Amino acid sequence: MTTTRFQQLISRNQAALSARRKIVNAVMLSLTGALTLLALVPLFWIIGYVFYKGGSSINLAFFIKLPGPLGVAGFGVLNAIEGTLVMTLLACVFAIPPGVLAAFYAARYPNTPLGIVLRFSTDVLSGVPSIVVGLFVYALVVKAQGHFSAFAGGLAIAILMLPTIIRTTEEMLKLVPPTLREGSLALGAAEWKTSLSVVFPAALNGIITGFLLSISRAAGETAPLLFTALGNEHYDVWQMIVSGIAQKQNVFQILNRILDQPADSLPLTLWKYASQPYPERVQQSWAVALVLMILVLLIEIIARVWVESRKRALQG
Amino acid sequence: MLRKTFETEIKQVKDDVLVLGSMVEDAVMGSVDALKKRDLKAAQKILEGDRAINKKRFEIEGQLMVLIATQQPMAHDLRVLASTLEIISELERMGDYAKGIANINIRMGDEELLKPLIDVPRMAEKGVDMLHRALTAFVNEDIETARKIPVEDDVVDALYNQIYRELMTFVIADPKTIERANWLLWVAHNLERFADRVTNICERTVFIATGELTEINDTDNEFWHPHKHG
Amino acid sequence: MDNKTAVAKPEIVGTKPASKMAIKNLSVFYGKFRALAEINITIQSNKITAIIGPSGCGKSTLLRAFNRMNDLTASARMEGEIILDGENINASGVDVVDVRRRVGMVFQRPNPFPKSIYDNVAYGPRLYGIHRKNDLNEIVEKSLHQSALWDEVKDKLHQSGLSLSGGQQQRLCIARALAVEPEVILMDEPASALDPISTLRIEELMHDIVKDYTIIIVTHNMQQAARVSDYTAMMMIDDHRAGQMIEFDETQVIFTNPKDKRTEDYVTGRFG
Repeated sequence: MTTTRFQQLISRNQAALSARRKIVNAVMLSLTGALTLLALVPLFWIIGYVFYKGGSSINLAFFIKLPGPLGVAGFGVLNAIEGTLVMTLLACVFAIPPGVLAAFYAARYPNTPLGIVLRFSTDVLSGVPSIVVGLFVYALVVKAQGHFSAFAGGLAIAILMLPTIIRTTEEMLKLVPPTLREGSLALGAAEWKTSLSVVFPAALNGIITGFLLSISRAAGETAPLLFTALGNEHYDVWQMIVSGIAQKQNVFQILNRILDQPADSLPLTLWKYASQPYPERVQQSWAVALVLMILVLLIEIIARVWVESRKRALQG
Repeated sequence: MLRKTFETEIKQVKDDVLVLGSMVEDAVMGSVDALKKRDLKAAQKILEGDRAINKKRFEIEGQLMVLIATQQPMAHDLRVLASTLEIISELERMGDYAKGIANINIRMGDEELLKPLIDVPRMAEKGVDMLHRALTAFVNEDIETARKIPVEDDVVDALYNQIYRELMTFVIADPKTIERANWLLWVAHNLERFADRVTNICERTVFIATGELTEINDTDNEFWHPHKHG
Repeated sequence: MDNKTAVAKPEIVGTKPASKMAIKNLSVFYGKFRALAEINITIQSNKITAIIGPSGCGKSTLLRAFNRMNDLTASARMEGEIILDGENINASGVDVVDVRRRVGMVFQRPNPFPKSIYDNVAYGPRLYGIHRKNDLNEIVEKSLHQSALWDEVKDKLHQSGLSLSGGQQQRLCIARALAVEPEVILMDEPASALDPISTLRIEELMHDIVKDYTIIIVTHNMQQAARVSDYTAMMMIDDHRAGQMIEFDETQVIFTNPKDKRTEDYVTGRFG
């Protein structure tokens, strides 16, 4: 077979080019791998270090007992755990419904005046420092009520969660193919029904991921809680419920007790203990860090598993 | 322009039809010539040549089937291909007429012609000329010409009637000549049918252009419109 | 052969008593841009009408006029009459939801909801207030039978609609559309995303159900239009990029002896 001019031209450098290609490939691969490992170092280091430092102080009591005097064994950070859970839950209740609805509006009507304002405001809010938000809630709620409370703490966290929820939900809704919407509308469904029954379920996986992202961030917020929840060494939800029932209080009164007093949280406790001059407290702060980290990890894992199983069910 | 390949292939088929046509023209002229000269060898060649005609016809038919299957022809293209199928069928039968004439030539063997052939060659020439022009009109989709040719069939019919009367005179005068008269009559009949088929080819050419299949030069003036049924 | 190259308005193919839908002088605007110009077409009951034409000639826009789906585009405006059973559905005060039930639609890419097969088909009936289990079961089974999907899914109705193959998903979408018992079914290139076998299945399906429904199909596949439809409408854009109806006739005429040269050029592939 006769060779074309092009083939002649390239045949000259074949060997050299081929070798060079292999070398460059190998170098790039190694470089990329090395940098990836480098990026993973902080993550694993932190996890490892926290486990190492905090592991020794972890025992059952740590989880189920309230704090006690220094140096005495058998006490824990139940107040902080419950505080974190209560305030995070509260924040979800405050932030998720309006966040999702706002996202629906922004995704559906992005070019209306309200839609434009909404998206701009979300971007601005996400840039506000968390401590400023805490201060704001302090001025608005704490001063008005006259005391610190879990309610104020939850509100502050909710405000911080809001932009993330709106943004991720909006993005996920926009990813739903328009033809899915059309399919529902063509059957005679109204707009809201279509959004609720078709678009929302289709975007749900991504939306849930967005929720969980914000929740893990929320669980770790410290600064806003400084001026709102303050801290409370005697915070014990279960005990409040039990005593409330014993005292024949109704649901609202019990709820009031839970929410209307100062509360503690894991990051708050961590900060408190770490800044105290006693080595035992510092040691405990590592343990608190570990608990916090485990909590966040747990949320992430549950989320992943749940989303994957939902995905698999959908693909069939 | 799109479908260049298809256009080229249609042109190729039309050229092949012209080739088939000239094979038939040669066969008819040759068979009549051989009869005139009582050349039995030439007649034999005509018989063999008919196989080539049939083969060519089937070749073209094969090509048409491939085109129809692979090119999804519509509208005008569809009419061209469908009509070509009809036309090559007509041409093949026209070739059979030449074969028939050659056969008669051979069967006559040593017998002399009843009379010198004058009108028969004239019929053949007229018919072949009509065919040639009809095929040209088909290839060029020239409906003006195609509409005008069939009327010339009257000339061929007139010649046939003349031959018929002449042969009858012979037979009445001498009944023993009936066999030879019959043979000549059969030759003339073939040539008359030959010219009739040219009319069919012209009708197909008009169909390709207009989408209407009408009988041209039919005394009953039958009109059939393919889309006005029911 | 007729060589009509002038832009002529084709005649409406009579107002025969069996016409199910008709469009009179319809123009569709997107803002200032006119996408369809003075379209006239009559759709016969229980027949399949195909709309063909080169890309961008407005076939889909015309199809979506029949069930007022163009309304979903904010800048769209439709002028003219859209007649369903003698009534103009493009008038103000018309219940669009009811129109969309009576005139159903199947889309180009199968778009099953992220729900179970059962819930996909039951979605429509539930919209209209049917909630009893027995009623829904009956409707779901009937619709899946009609779209020739029942045998393949009867044992896995609870599985997600997305777990089916492309051809099955499209048949699911057809079942979903049939579940609300529309009178007219609009199909926007229903088989263009499918393999040849699935395509032929859908065409078979169309033949089977047309005795109970009126079907309008947009397709860029001419052979499909020729195989499947009773009537064919040929569209093209004019000099102002507005879609026009060029020719509308029985399918056999359009494909064996069309009257307009532009139709001839399009169906023979001389212009695409």
